[in-house]
Amino acid sequence: MVDTILPLNVKNATVKKRDKRIIGPINIQISTKGFTIIMGPNGSGKTTLLRLLHGFENPCGGILNWNSDVESVQQNQSFVFQTPIMLRRTAIENVTYPLSLRGIPKDTALKIAKEWISKINLDHLCNTNARFLSGGEKQKLAIARALITKPQLLFLDEPTANLDGSATKEIEKLLQEAHNAGTRIIMTTHDIGQGKRLADDLIFLYRGTIHESGKAKDFYKKPETQEARAFLNGDILE
Amino acid sequence: MNDIVEGMLSAFRLIFSLDRDLFEIILLSLQVTLTAVIIASIIGMPMGAWLAVNRFKFRRFTIAILNALMGLPPVVVGLIVYIMLSRSGPFGVLNLLFTPTAMVIAQVIIITPLIASISHQAIRDLWADYHDLLISLNTTKRQRILTLIKDARRSLLTGSLAGFGRAIGEVGAIMIVGGNIDHLTRVLTTAIALETGKGEFAFALALGFILIALAIIVNLAIHTISKTERASNW
Ligand SMILES: Nc1ncnc2c1ncn2[C@@H]1O[C@H](COP(=O)(O)OP(=O)(O)OP(=O)(O)O)[C@@H](O)[C@H]1O
Ligand SMILES: [Mg+2]
Repeated sequence: MVDTILPLNVKNATVKKRDKRIIGPINIQISTKGFTIIMGPNGSGKTTLLRLLHGFENPCGGILNWNSDVESVQQNQSFVFQTPIMLRRTAIENVTYPLSLRGIPKDTALKIAKEWISKINLDHLCNTNARFLSGGEKQKLAIARALITKPQLLFLDEPTANLDGSATKEIEKLLQEAHNAGTRIIMTTHDIGQGKRLADDLIFLYRGTIHESGKAKDFYKKPETQEARAFLNGDILE
Repeated sequence: MNDIVEGMLSAFRLIFSLDRDLFEIILLSLQVTLTAVIIASIIGMPMGAWLAVNRFKFRRFTIAILNALMGLPPVVVGLIVYIMLSRSGPFGVLNLLFTPTAMVIAQVIIITPLIASISHQAIRDLWADYHDLLISLNTTKRQRILTLIKDARRSLLTGSLAGFGRAIGEVGAIMIVGGNIDHLTRVLTTAIALETGKGEFAFALALGFILIALAIIVNLAIHTISKTERASNW
């Protein structure tokens, strides 16, 4: 077993784009266990925060302290994008891909991928080009592809934003299972109910700064800031 | 108009007469061009992919040069290859001048920029699409290029076919470096030039129609192959 890459300590990290501050300064600790949800209105910086944690954005000033070396940090986390990126290949080939990158023999990879395809109920679309799948099917495929390498840490950027109730339910079930199996999950959403259903911990982001961070229960019961209260009330935040 | 009809008729007559000399010429045309296309693809595709994936200082400049090289005048390429391969040239000892190999070399130089440039465009578009995913999956540079080449293969094939089209119809360079020697380096285009020079227009035209037919057949064949692949894949 590889050593664990968590906890992660983020200290004073800021992300800037063309000299404009997008998020920060961010100070959080990502513990080894749990399901964290990042919530906030559009444009509050949720995607940027996830990208910062995943290593897509370089912090200018501040640091990210992982519990492990760069190589294993990169190998042990997966990212599911807001709009799924599908390889122009069949569904099953999309799921096999991360395994083949790691040099896992073809038949072994195929066997594991088949199990995942069944798990996400896409057996009938196994050999369909992934580009032709529906939004919900693509998203499930993207999650299977992210989980197939058994990452310690999984990021998801609004995975259910464009999906209807039943597709959302299916994906939430998948995530719950991964969570129960020990995968550390960090996910953004602006669905208040989803946070309530899934989150252990909650980060509330507003205009690029963390306004609240703590147990989800506490956040829902007794939000501390004005903005969070307004957000939970469904008021429009600008 | 009459000439054209006459040319078509004699083209048919020629083919059905199963003339051995003619088949030799056709075969050599195909052999030289397909070899050149394969070599140029092996060089040009990874080159295009590499240019699409890497950021470096003179990237724009390199791409501009590449695009300019697409318009290389074949006669000039022929001349340069001739000088290189001639007895007193740097590669004279290889004794390649006036051989099919020399013709392949000239054609590779002519079509590699074309194939590289079309590959670059196709792969750049796919890379824009795949970028975040491939970075997130922590791929090595090699893995990225291989993935992009594999998934852009249909567009890349189009690039190769464009290269084939340019090479099979090319006459200036291979005339110079091949010499149009009967039974050795004579191909369809050089034969056409020769016959036209002799005033044998009907015969030249017949060869021309065969050349066009050949280009169409190869294109169709390759498209059919890639379609059967699609049927099994998707
Ligand atoms: N590359 C960039 N250049 C300039 N501005 C950027 C860039 N990336 C993000 N921004 C800005 O940063 C802010 C936060 O963007 P981000 O995508 O993180 O928000 P978000 O919370 O994910 O929003 P949404 O809920 O709509 O997905 C936005 O105002 C966006 O316009
Ligand atoms: Mg976002």
